[in-house]
Amino acid sequence: MTSRLIPLLAFIALVALLAFGIQWNKHHEMTEVPSPLIGKNAPEFTLPLLYDANKKVSRADLLGKPYILNVFGSWCPTCQYEHPILTHVLKPLGITLIGLDWRDDPADAQRWLKQFGNPYDAVITDRDGRAGIDFGVYMAPESFLVDANGVIRYKRIGMFTPELVATELKPQLAALDAEPKKNP
Amino acid sequence: MSRFIVSLAIALSMWLTAHTAFAIDPLPFKDRAEEVRFQNLTRELRCLVCQNQNLADSEAELAGELRRQVFDMMQSGKSDAEIKQYLVARYNDFVLYDPPVKPGTWLLWFAPGVLVLIGAIVIVNILRKRTRQPVAVVSSEEDW
Repeated sequence: MTSRLIPLLAFIALVALLAFGIQWNKHHEMTEVPSPLIGKNAPEFTLPLLYDANKKVSRADLLGKPYILNVFGSWCPTCQYEHPILTHVLKPLGITLIGLDWRDDPADAQRWLKQFGNPYDAVITDRDGRAGIDFGVYMAPESFLVDANGVIRYKRIGMFTPELVATELKPQLAALDAEPKKNP
Repeated sequence: MSRFIVSLAIALSMWLTAHTAFAIDPLPFKDRAEEVRFQNLTRELRCLVCQNQNLADSEAELAGELRRQVFDMMQSGKSDAEIKQYLVARYNDFVLYDPPVKPGTWLLWFAPGVLVLIGAIVIVNILRKRTRQPVAVVSSEEDW
């Protein structure tokens, strides 16, 4: 009798596996590649400012305060969808917002920001995409939460939604606030 | 006449393949060996944009930049392993078409073998039982 049940049990196991697969894919982007940089130091970079190309900003300049590095480009349609969320949901949180204009013509980026508004505290340009490669960027938008010590704490691949800000980003920011402040 | 058409077709197809072969940005290789090394290396690396293509084949802009990065690292004397390590540190093992055997990939590497083994054991068990049992005589009630 028990041997008769084996095919049924095998079938139930298969159904469970497929159901798990469907559930998993509902909540996970299939093309999303988890970043191995989380918990590690943000890569070194020295990049010119969009509005003052003679001035450069490096990783060391941004130490001491947590910030979100938002990778965008004027060529990127999803960045347009994300833009109001940056302005109305992320910015009110009070976190420093640094724009990384990725693989883009600075003139196009300036026009784009003029048209939609500039939510960033500073915008740096990575025209040839080298800094993006160092950060493991492979699409836009992508966002990195970097803490006061320059460690990447969280990465969002794709656009932020108000739900994701509430469920993923806010707990990360709360954890940063709860940490004892170190003098860099 | 038909011969002319055939040769025209061959010439056209050659031109088309030549065209696609040069669609990927040309890089200044110093010799053939370096080019072969580059091609073998980029064939083993995944394009992150179109994830079922390798770096050698992809025409995505990011793939072009990553090819450039691989080329530059080759020029600066980095080994294949160092170049792969550089990319894995940024983009995960996912960039490798040949994932390394480690605890995180055991399921990937060994699950097929284990499943085949389980299947083989099940089949062997069934066959043994059948040879031990006499062939059941089909009764007339069941034979409808």
